[in-house]
Amino acid sequence: MTELRERIQTVVSDEPVALFMKGTPGLIMCGNSDRALRALRAAGAPVTAVNILPDPRIRQELSDISGWPTVPQVFIRGELVGGADIVEELAASGELEQKLEQALGADYRRPQPEERVVDVLGS
Amino acid sequence: MGLDRLEELLHGAFPDARELSVADRTGTGDHFQVTVESRRFEGLSLVDQHRLVYDALAEPLADGTIHELRIKTKGLA
Repeated sequence: MTELRERIQTVVSDEPVALFMKGTPGLIMCGNSDRALRALRAAGAPVTAVNILPDPRIRQELSDISGWPTVPQVFIRGELVGGADIVEELAASGELEQKLEQALGADYRRPQPEERVVDVLGS
Repeated sequence: MGLDRLEELLHGAFPDARELSVADRTGTGDHFQVTVESRRFEGLSLVDQHRLVYDALAEPLADGTIHELRIKTKGLA
């Protein structure tokens, strides 16, 4: 396993809510990443974001790990929840909040000023 | 590859589909909205439902024909 893949796998497994996106929450580079982030924010999810744009290998390794061909990708406690369409659909039906509560506990809406951003390239 | 080809691939994967449509969202032939209503989705999580659509469209996803794909799946209740 490459070092990059290990770092991605660690984010997927260890972060309560991981969002792999194009850009960062401060500088979103794609409409779908924006949709996913908005849905997660609306549900109060404690998001850890990874920008996949700095290196095409990030996207490749991520899709190898998840078996999901597109970005964004959202994981809750290591489980792939889906892309923008699914996260939006789950947020609209209230299921996203249920999922977060089941996975992270009833107090998952911890106050946090902004999303954490992780650099998987380790630079 | 146009809308027809994408519809053909989806019809092949979901022969029972009651509703099946592909729309070009931006008019540029690479941003698509796909809607499929099929018995194959029943009992599956949304992730697994979307995986079936991705599988059906693996070729145009891999060769870059599809730059962006929005998916709406429905079971036949």
